[in-house]
Amino acid sequence: MKYLLGLLTALLFSLPAAANEMAPDVLVKTVTNEVLDTVRQDKEIRNGNSKKVLDLVETKILPHFNFYRMTQLALGRESRQASPEQMKVLVDEFRTLLVRTYSKALTEYRDQEIVFKPFKMAANETDVRVRTEVKQTGGKPVSIDYYLEKGNNGWKVYDIEVAGASLVTNYRSTFAQEIQKGGVDGLIKSLQEKNKTGEAVAAKAK
Amino acid sequence: MKKTTNQTGFRKVLAVAVMAAGLSGCATSGNPKDPIEGFNRAMFAFNDGLDTVLIKPAAKGYEAALPKPVRTGVTNFFGNIADLFIGVNNLLQGKPDQALSDFGRVVINSTIGILGLFDVATEAGLEKHEEDFGQTFGRWGVGDGAYVVLPFFGPRTVRDTVGLVLDVKTDPVANLSDVATRNSLLALRVVDNRADLLPADKVIEEAALDKYSYVRDGYLQRRRNLIYDGNPPRDLAD
Repeated sequence: MKYLLGLLTALLFSLPAAANEMAPDVLVKTVTNEVLDTVRQDKEIRNGNSKKVLDLVETKILPHFNFYRMTQLALGRESRQASPEQMKVLVDEFRTLLVRTYSKALTEYRDQEIVFKPFKMAANETDVRVRTEVKQTGGKPVSIDYYLEKGNNGWKVYDIEVAGASLVTNYRSTFAQEIQKGGVDGLIKSLQEKNKTGEAVAAKAK
Repeated sequence: MKKTTNQTGFRKVLAVAVMAAGLSGCATSGNPKDPIEGFNRAMFAFNDGLDTVLIKPAAKGYEAALPKPVRTGVTNFFGNIADLFIGVNNLLQGKPDQALSDFGRVVINSTIGILGLFDVATEAGLEKHEEDFGQTFGRWGVGDGAYVVLPFFGPRTVRDTVGLVLDVKTDPVANLSDVATRNSLLALRVVDNRADLLPADKVIEEAALDKYSYVRDGYLQRRRNLIYDGNPPRDLAD
């Protein structure tokens, strides 16, 4: 756990300079294409090596995510109840859960074509939405929208909406319910238990 | 699955749902959007069980038995039929341009696309839309009402349940007069839809702390997004 926290902090603060200067739409496009190319071509990944996908997400995608902000958003007003220490653990656990979900989605949908929608922003904007679409044969394309915020370390993704549902705020009522039942520690415990199952084990063993 | 039993069954379900929604004050567990959570969780478990023993295995078998191009043809075929009332709903929502595009899709795909088996309209730049009567009511300003999990049909709101009744009534497949053909097509459509959703399953399993509330909140967010055609007012404040 400590190791992961260290890793998270390191990732949050040690961005390559090039990515800092990238426009948000270029950033989303570059990272998505890079990761998808690997997922599509790598033989081990194609044969079901999920640990390798998790590694890929850790190194390529995580540096561009703001997990603290994501956790705050998922908690909503309940975030006031969490002490800084509890918040640290929550960020860590929520991060594991999101990474795992994201990796799973990448694996399941890797063969679909991604379309990047036209993007416009004013020069002084610091909060933007970058729209992409997953093409589906026979159906309406599924939208994947990335919300990014500009901070001291460049643009960071703080929310992802898939088909109109946020991967982050979708947890809000569940989190609130857990906190109502067993306090912030109850929520932490539920997240830890969830993360102990399935593929999270691979992520933690790293 | 005779038409009469089907419809009576559906009415009963609707009656139960509306009654349950009416009793909202009694059985509550705190979520204002979900006043009949107890009932809903039971229905969710029922649907989940039905899916596990019947629909999901059928979808997996279907996926294994038929090559991808054939399955795509099936999805396209039903998608083409659906485009007709998607167009009608776009008209009702005051979006004639989109409606025109939907009707254009039906014409192109039914002819050049050989009875809808090939979605040539998308290739030609006419994007597929997703509309239904529930969205039309939402567009007209009807509030969504309580969240309801319907047996067989799954997550809805009270408004979307009323929308669903109209969707079923206007569904060309459900209204075919030849019972055997109609039932085979309905079954094929259910299985084909389910097969398309198999990957999403795994992602939800991976993501959800509590599958019931994950599906509920996802449904409610998605419906809101659809009513605004992908551009709902952003609501981040707690």
